[in-house]
Amino acid sequence: MCQTCGCTVTAGNAHLAAGDSHARPGAHATVEVLQDLLAANDRVAAHNREHFDEYGVLAINLMSSPGAGKTTLLEATIRALRDRYRIAVIEGDLETDNDAARIRAQGVPAVQITTGTACHLDAHLVHRALHDLPLAGLDLLFIENVGNLVCPASFDLGQHVNVVLLCATEGDDKPAKYPVMFRAADLVVLSKADLLGVMDDFDAARAEAALRALGRETPVIRAAARRAPALDAWLGWLEQQLTAPRAIAPLRPLQATAGV
Amino acid sequence: MHELSVCQALIDEVARIATSCAARTVGRITIEVGQLSGVEPELLARAFEIARAGTCAAQAELSIAVPEIVVHCNDCGASSSARPNRLLCASCGGYRTRVLEGDGLRLRAVELDVPEAHAALH
Repeated sequence: MCQTCGCTVTAGNAHLAAGDSHARPGAHATVEVLQDLLAANDRVAAHNREHFDEYGVLAINLMSSPGAGKTTLLEATIRALRDRYRIAVIEGDLETDNDAARIRAQGVPAVQITTGTACHLDAHLVHRALHDLPLAGLDLLFIENVGNLVCPASFDLGQHVNVVLLCATEGDDKPAKYPVMFRAADLVVLSKADLLGVMDDFDAARAEAALRALGRETPVIRAAARRAPALDAWLGWLEQQLTAPRAIAPLRPLQATAGV
Repeated sequence: MHELSVCQALIDEVARIATSCAARTVGRITIEVGQLSGVEPELLARAFEIARAGTCAAQAELSIAVPEIVVHCNDCGASSSARPNRLLCASCGGYRTRVLEGDGLRLRAVELDVPEAHAALH
């Protein structure tokens, strides 16, 4: 029920909303607006980003389809970097806290968000999770989004960078099939890259060409958590992000509200 | 299906506008859904039927504009139309392009039924 505007249509006033508009006693007004539909989410995302910047935390939104190896990549990353950087993870899944438990087993804080039926994280959910994290004591926060190449692309969480995993066991035409997601990527990681040699229907050059067709110069690197080519390129990119001054534009820039 | 989340955000915004104009009811709501916004117009229209129930927009019509994608080429400076997964410059074929139009998800206009007394003030 609409609790705020006082104009809920009921049996008593439905006639005002239906039928011949000339019969209405009031006047028609068209309010011209030009506002982003997700402005409320974007305001909270900007607020989250302010928190990250206040504490000097680099926030990375990690997205991919389910099973592309996000959690495994994070486990290996934490093992490689935990002695030098203070890391935490926000985990998004529809159900279970299995992934948060795997991250905690690596000795770093993790907050699990279970979204129920929701197919993506939004800025409000992340904001709530931030209250359970020691932001003041962190250098790097990973937000592992719900495994999904569609919905998470539309919601700014306040992250500084978006990393999208494209797994060697997926089709190399994924960037062409999911242009919104791959356009949002600041880095594309070909995950489980140790399998590229045996997955002969996945052509890394074709995947990169599909990404370029989206008008993107996004770097593409290979990573494998368990075997060569290992994580050198990924860890190198991360170190670069951690030491570089933050000058990355948000996924969805805030737009001024006009008209109202 | 994130279209329902988008619809709820839309209804919240429309309710805010209706309140600020002291409107009784909401007529037509016009939105823009870019082909690169990540939102499917058909699913959004169906989600709207659910999201509007019991709100000030319960009787509102949703009008969805889907603008053509336009890219600007950073190399040759040309602007051209493009497809969602082929955002190349139509003039020189380059991929160093910027989307000028087609990634927006915006509320454009709300038609309100405003009581006479309040309307006279405007």
